[in-house]
Amino acid sequence: MTVDVTIPPGKNRQTSSFLNDPKVRGYLYQAITILVLAIAVIWITQNTIENLKRANIASGYGFLSGRAGFDVGQSLIAYTSDSTYGRALVVGFFNTLLVAVTGIFTATIIGFIVGIGRLSKNWLIAKLSMVYVEVFRNIPPLLVIFFWYSGVLAVLPLPRDSLALPLDMYVNNRGLAFPRPVFDNGAQFTFYAFVLAVIASIAFVRYANKKQMETGKRPPVLWVVLGMVIGLPLLTFLVTGMPISFDVPIAGKFNLTGGSVVGPEFLSLFLALSFYTAAFIAEIVRAGIRGVSHGQSEAAHALGIRPGLTTRLVVVPQAMRIIIPPLTSQYLNLTKNSSLAIAVGYADLVAVGGTILNQTGQSVEVVSIWLVVYLTLSLSTSLFMNWFNAKMALVER
Amino acid sequence: MSAQQANFVRSEMIAPTTPPLLEKGWIAWFRKNLFATPKDTVLSIVALLLLAWFLPPVIRWLFIDAAWTGGGRGVCATVAQGGSQPEGWSGACWAFVGAKFDQFIYGRYPVDERWRPMLVGILFVLLLVPMLIPKIPYKGINAVLLFGVLPVVSYFLLLGGVFGLEYVETALWGGLMVTLILSFVGIVVSLPFGIILALGRRSKMPVIRMICTIFIEIVRGIPLITVLFMASVMLPLFMPPGMTVDKFLRALIGVSFFASAYMAEVVRGGLQAIPKGQFEGADSLGLGYWQKMRLIILPQALKLVIPGIVNTFIGMFKDTSLVSIISMFDLLGIVRQNFSDANWASPVTPLTGLIFAGFTFWLFCFGMSRYSGFMERRLDKGHKR
Repeated sequence: MTVDVTIPPGKNRQTSSFLNDPKVRGYLYQAITILVLAIAVIWITQNTIENLKRANIASGYGFLSGRAGFDVGQSLIAYTSDSTYGRALVVGFFNTLLVAVTGIFTATIIGFIVGIGRLSKNWLIAKLSMVYVEVFRNIPPLLVIFFWYSGVLAVLPLPRDSLALPLDMYVNNRGLAFPRPVFDNGAQFTFYAFVLAVIASIAFVRYANKKQMETGKRPPVLWVVLGMVIGLPLLTFLVTGMPISFDVPIAGKFNLTGGSVVGPEFLSLFLALSFYTAAFIAEIVRAGIRGVSHGQSEAAHALGIRPGLTTRLVVVPQAMRIIIPPLTSQYLNLTKNSSLAIAVGYADLVAVGGTILNQTGQSVEVVSIWLVVYLTLSLSTSLFMNWFNAKMALVER
Repeated sequence: MSAQQANFVRSEMIAPTTPPLLEKGWIAWFRKNLFATPKDTVLSIVALLLLAWFLPPVIRWLFIDAAWTGGGRGVCATVAQGGSQPEGWSGACWAFVGAKFDQFIYGRYPVDERWRPMLVGILFVLLLVPMLIPKIPYKGINAVLLFGVLPVVSYFLLLGGVFGLEYVETALWGGLMVTLILSFVGIVVSLPFGIILALGRRSKMPVIRMICTIFIEIVRGIPLITVLFMASVMLPLFMPPGMTVDKFLRALIGVSFFASAYMAEVVRGGLQAIPKGQFEGADSLGLGYWQKMRLIILPQALKLVIPGIVNTFIGMFKDTSLVSIISMFDLLGIVRQNFSDANWASPVTPLTGLIFAGFTFWLFCFGMSRYSGFMERRLDKGHKR
C-alpha cells in the first residue's frame, strides 16, 4: 500500500506560518538592519553637526587652501610654512610612500635571506635566523622604532665628531649624510641610455626564451643583460664628458657641509619597519619553500638537473605561488605601520594630518582623507599583486 | 646427497665495532652541521666571527658593566655627564628599571590602592592557569568566571567609587596594567564580534553581507593609529552635546573595533574550510541556522583556525602599545615618559628602559605563540592519518 503524499497544487501549499518562510524572514531581518543603521547614521550626523556648530568649525574641504604655518622636517617636494594645508598633506603622502617603498625593498631582501637561512642545513645559520625571527616577531613595531630613535641614533656623536662610513657617508645624531649626485648638462643622456638598456634587455630575454624553445640552446642571457644595463649608461656617461658629479659631505669643525642628509626620524622608521617586517617575510618564505613537495626536487635530481638549477627552475617558481599572497599582506602591513611615523615626528600622512587636525579641528575631513588614501593604497597594491599572482600561477591542463 | 663441508662456521657473534671516529660524537656533529660543504664552512666561520664580535660587547653592556643599584642618575652617567662612572663607561642602567618598576606595572595608580590591581592580577592568573591546562575539569564554569565575572569584578575593583573603595580615575591608570586590560578586553570583545562579522560576511542576505564586508575591508585597510585617532577625536563628535566618553573607553573601543575586523577574516577562513557536507548534514537533521552554527560548524571552524586566532591576539597585544601615541600611558608610554625624569636622565636610560619593555612584550607574545603551538598539536590528533 502506498500513501499518496503529493501536495495538491494551488493555494493550500503554504502549510506553515508566513513568518517561518526563510525568504520572508530574510527580507525582514535586512529591513530591520537597514532601519537601525539609518537611525544610527542620522543620529550621529545630527550630533556631529550640532557639535561642530557649537565648536564654531565650518565643515567642508575649504580649509585645504589655507596657510599651513608649520614646518616639516623632510620633504620630497618644495614646501615652506607658507604653503597650503593641501600641499602639506601631499608632502606627507610622498613621505609615506618613500618610507613604504624603501622599507618594502629592504624588508624583502632581509626577509628572504633570513627565511632561507632558517632552512639551511648549517646549524648555526638556522639557529641565528630563528633567533632573529622570534625576537622581532614578538616585539611591537613601535618599540623597535623607539629603540632605533632614542636608543641608538640619539646617542650617536654630535655632528662635529661624526662617524665616517664608507662611500663618503657620515652618521651622527642628526642623521645620515651621504654624497648627493649633481646632474650637469647632458646627464639626461645617461638616464636615457639606462632606460634604453633596460628595454633592450627585456627584448633580449624574450628572444633568448624563444631561441631556447626552438633550438634547446640558451644564449648567455646574464652576461649580455649585465653588459647592456651597466655598460651602455657607463659608455654614454664617458662619451658625454662625465656630467654627473657628487656633492660630498665634508666634516667641518662643528658641522658637516655639503651632501644630502636624511634625518634620524626617517632612519629609525625605515630601519624598524624593515627589520620588523623582515621577520614576518622570513616566515612566509620558509613556509613557501617547505610547501613545495620534496618529490619535486627529487624528480628534478632524477632528471639529472643540478642542485642550483633545481632550486631556480623547480622549487622557487612553485614556492613563489605560495609566498606571494601573504607577502602582499605584509607589504600592506608595512605601509600601514609607516603611520607610526607620528611617534618620532617623521612627517608622514598621518603625522601631518594630525597636526592639521589639532590646528583646525577639521577632524571629519582629515580622517576621511586618511581613509581614502590608505584604502586606495591598499586596493591598488592588492590589485597589482593579484595581477602578479595570476601571472605566476601554475598553468594547469 | 652429501652434506657440504663447511670450512668455517662462526659459532658466536663478534662484538660490534665502534663507529669511525669521524662519524660519532661532537666531531661528527660539527662536520655534519657546521662544516659539511666548503660553502657551509665559510658561512659558519663568518657567523662565528660575527658572534664573537657582537655578543661579548652586548653581554658586557647588559650585565657586566651595568649599573644594578643606585638611587639616581649618578650611577648611570660618566663623570663628564655629572655622574660617578669613569670616562667612556657605557652599560645598562638597571637601577633605573628597579626604581621605576612599580610605576612600569601600575602607572600613576595611587600607591595605597595598588593592592587592587594586584588582587585583580592574582584573580586573573588563578582563573587563567586552570583554563589553559587541558586536564583540569569544569572548563565551562571557569570560562564564565574568567570572561564574564572577572571583568565585572575588575571594573569595580579598579575604578572604585563603590563599596567604600576610593575612586581612581582612568587617567591615573598606566603601565603593564593598562596593556593587559586593553588586550584582555580586546580579546573578549573581538572574538564574538569577529564571529558575528564572519557569519555576516558569508550570509545569504545581501544587505547584511554588504555591511559586514564594507566594515571589515575598511577597518583592515587603514592603520590602527587612524582608528585610534577616530576613536579619540570623532567619538566625542558623534555623541550628543554634553555627553563625554572616557578616554580609556575610547581606546578600548578603537582597539576592539580593529581586532574584530581581523578576527572576522580569520574566522571566515575557518568557515570556508568546512566541507559543504557538514552544512548539508546539519540542515538534514533539521537544525536551525544558529543551532547549525553553534553545534556543528563553529566548533570545527574555530578549531581549525586556533593558530590564526592566537596570532591575532599576539598582534593585538603588540598593537596596544600604540595607545601611547594618543597620550595614554601603557607599558611603553610610561617607560618613555620616565626618560624625561630629571633624576634619571642619562644617555643609557632610554635604551635600558626600551630593552626592559621589549623583553616584557616579548615574554608575553612568545608565551602565547608557544601555547598556541602546544594546543595545535593537541587538537591535531583527529586529523592525523
